[in-house]
Amino acid sequence: MVEIPEHLRKRAEEARAKAEAAKGGSSKGEEKETETGADTSSENPVSSGDEKIPSHLLDRGVPASKQPPVGEPSNVSPSQSGPQAGQGPDGHNQRLLTVVKAGSIQDVKTTPTDKVHVWPHLLIAEFLSALAITLFTTLFSIVVNAPLLELADFNRTPNPSKAPWYFLGLQELLTMFHPMVAGVTIPGMGIFLLIMAPFIDKNPSNKPEHRKFAISLMTVHLMFWAVLVMIGSFFRGPGFNFVFPWEGGLFFEL
Amino acid sequence: MAETNGDKAAGQALKEKLGQIGNKVQDSQTWTAIFRPGSIFRKGYTDSPRNRSYVIMNSVLYHLHPVKVKRHAVKVSYTLCLGGLSFFLFIFLTVTGIFLMFFYRPTAAQAWDDIQTLQTAVGFGLLVRNMHRWGAHLMVLTVFLHMARVFYHGAYKPPREFNWVIGVILLTLTLLLSFTGYLLPWDQLALWAVTVGTNMMGYTPVFGEQVRFVLLGGVEIGTDTLLRWYTLHVLMLPFVLVIFLAIHFWRVRKDGGISGPL
Repeated sequence: MVEIPEHLRKRAEEARAKAEAAKGGSSKGEEKETETGADTSSENPVSSGDEKIPSHLLDRGVPASKQPPVGEPSNVSPSQSGPQAGQGPDGHNQRLLTVVKAGSIQDVKTTPTDKVHVWPHLLIAEFLSALAITLFTTLFSIVVNAPLLELADFNRTPNPSKAPWYFLGLQELLTMFHPMVAGVTIPGMGIFLLIMAPFIDKNPSNKPEHRKFAISLMTVHLMFWAVLVMIGSFFRGPGFNFVFPWEGGLFFEL
Repeated sequence: MAETNGDKAAGQALKEKLGQIGNKVQDSQTWTAIFRPGSIFRKGYTDSPRNRSYVIMNSVLYHLHPVKVKRHAVKVSYTLCLGGLSFFLFIFLTVTGIFLMFFYRPTAAQAWDDIQTLQTAVGFGLLVRNMHRWGAHLMVLTVFLHMARVFYHGAYKPPREFNWVIGVILLTLTLLLSFTGYLLPWDQLALWAVTVGTNMMGYTPVFGEQVRFVLLGGVEIGTDTLLRWYTLHVLMLPFVLVIFLAIHFWRVRKDGGISGPL
């Protein structure tokens, strides 16, 4: 015997109960649809009252109901060597079990996006930009030499002594704050705030017009460091005192 | 006249010969073993949507790129290629750095002389050292600008929060790589720049002295510091960076490709 899955059997029982109730409710409808009414007594789970199912589909199920209920399962039993053409009532081998509406199995969550092939569209751009930067670096390296000053000497401190350019903002802060504040606390806080940015900024929009505050804050922050680095790089002379590069000269090595 | 005709014929013959050799090479087992189906180097490659997909799917590039990306993602004006350029500069610096390693010994007695010799007696030595130095400064710049670009596009927002965190770590690692490399020439610039930098770290609260001691490999900058920073620069920091890079790239794809459009 073929085992009927639990959920299908439940659904069929419910449908039957519903049809039974409908039959009791209006005897007129029963007379009109005698065959469909009789259908509910068989194992057919199709609810006869459902108007959304096209009538021609329902009609196909009708002949099966004329058959005695016992004969039905044996018809689909696997012990037989497959269904034979025209063996069923009225020459049918199939009957409608259920109609699955599109919405119940298809759940479209994302809208389709316009996509392009990585090859060649992206790879070409990447290749060209890599080529361009190689060319730029090579040409620049041919023209400008990297600095190599005299051998390191612990007894001769150059004046001024400067950190690499990206730390000159911090060195600039050293002129204003205690070293622990300028060298550890402020950069530490900076990195911490940077890491925390996505968790602090709860605004879900990425449109510039919706995040004026975040953009202003970041711009001020970046400008703050850029200005400090520039001052430290170009406007600091002997003793790390303020000089104008066009007057006191440039004290800057990359 | 007759001579030019002869030249033409000879040229034609040469062209045919070269074509035959090319065909033979492309038909060989070695060639087809190297270039998988869909590769643009295979014989009879044609530009079709199917082959465009195969170029990525059947190559090692599939570890980096999907077959298709959103249309706005390939616009240079959106990303300015900054992330890709940062990665490319990392490779560029690895290549030039390996070259420099052939000629450099990280001891106080030899480092400066080695670089002097590299610049004066080694073929392309000066050029490659220049490329390494300028490339390094450029990489700090591109990584920094990449961060700014990502911020201004709001690309750190869910689901990309964690990738932003990794990005900040990568920025820090880039700065550390540049800073450790700064000491290696062992000239006045290197020594005193690092002195200024490490003095600042000595002010870390509570365990400042210990931090400085570990970084310098002693109480003062010396040959031990040089060896330590060399190892950090050529081995440890790149190793850590590559791991974070891998996670960074993987997360870009897992989080649904690059952000946007705005």
